[in-house]
Amino acid sequence: MKPAAEEIWDWLDAVPDPEIPVISVVDLGIVRDVEWDGDTLEVAVTPTYSGCPATSVISMDIETALYDRGIQNVRIKTQISPPWTTDWLSDKGRARLEEYGIAPPRAAGGPERCPRCKSTNVTRISQFGSTPCKAQWRCTDCLEPFDYFKCI
Amino acid sequence: MASVDQTQLFEFLCRMGDNTLVLGHRVSEWCGHAPVLEEDIALANTALDLIGQTQMWLGYAGDVEGKGRTADDLAMLRDVWDFRNVLLVEQPNGDFGQTMMRQFLFDAWHLAMLKALTASSNEQIAAIAAKSVKEVQYHVERSGDTVIGLGDGTSESHKRMQDALNLLWPYVGEMFVADAVDDAMAQAGIAPDLASLRAEFDAHVGGVLAEATLTIPDGKFTHKGGKSGFQHSEHLGHLLTQMQWLQRAYPGATW
Repeated sequence: MKPAAEEIWDWLDAVPDPEIPVISVVDLGIVRDVEWDGDTLEVAVTPTYSGCPATSVISMDIETALYDRGIQNVRIKTQISPPWTTDWLSDKGRARLEEYGIAPPRAAGGPERCPRCKSTNVTRISQFGSTPCKAQWRCTDCLEPFDYFKCI
Repeated sequence: MASVDQTQLFEFLCRMGDNTLVLGHRVSEWCGHAPVLEEDIALANTALDLIGQTQMWLGYAGDVEGKGRTADDLAMLRDVWDFRNVLLVEQPNGDFGQTMMRQFLFDAWHLAMLKALTASSNEQIAAIAAKSVKEVQYHVERSGDTVIGLGDGTSESHKRMQDALNLLWPYVGEMFVADAVDDAMAQAGIAPDLASLRAEFDAHVGGVLAEATLTIPDGKFTHKGGKSGFQHSEHLGHLLTQMQWLQRAYPGATW
């Protein structure tokens, strides 16, 4: 019997993002659709940034996780439209990012507060960071630098 | 969608993809060499976005061509005369200021072009543009800020930025001069009339350069021949020897 889509979504929610392992690929909002096409499970995945090297690793991790659950035929479909947006990050994902030390994205274009000491006195160091999805900021109270998940 | 000559569509897609590929490679040459760590990371991230966009443009170009060539084949196995990028993006990096001036001039055109392409009659092109435009919005914010910071900086940084503008401004025109391929794309609703992008570009670039206390050089001369493939500058061949050497030396190598 083929597992239901709901169950598959739960399995995928256990697949961590390779760069930010505290959130899942589902939290990140990059799994767009899960659908059976005969005996083949088609998973629609959208890239975060077009050049993000994690994208191919994520596809491989998804395939591996589904094989481990006994699904023999998996097809990953790359879907670029509509383009990924940080609006698709789950609330659970946002909370975990902050616990991990990465300020979650905000429409205002910058972090609400320092993920460590929670001060709202923060300043931008650079628009870009260690991965395409992050920028570098600094807390002017505790003086610690931190990553900010860019809002796009 | 109006029918369009597939050879011309292929040409158009190569222009988009070769612009991002060649500039992406140029910018990646800074990796490990930028003046400060944050700029090094920013340049590498910009290069990564551009290479990612290249995969979409050239991947689709290969599909349209229908000869089984992949994005990698098009990027790594064509020689200079088959490249369709504008001359601006193949110009050498020069100093950091020159690199950022080249980036800003391209980003400002790129942003206007991609915004227009999101309304393309070709769904795949509209989707690639919608994906890319978010990244390019970010690129131009940074390159514009840097041009202002350095232009309106010290007398030394101001001089270098003015020199960079004087050097690169004659390459701007090529991005707006339409030829038969551009006309065919515009008629089919696939791409905008290039001349229609000029007003937005001039307003954007003029504003940033004024704030940067820089002066746009006089003269209407425009270097041309890159996007038509008629005549690239000598710099492109040197770039390709670096970019393509592995696939040339070890054909088909994968890892």
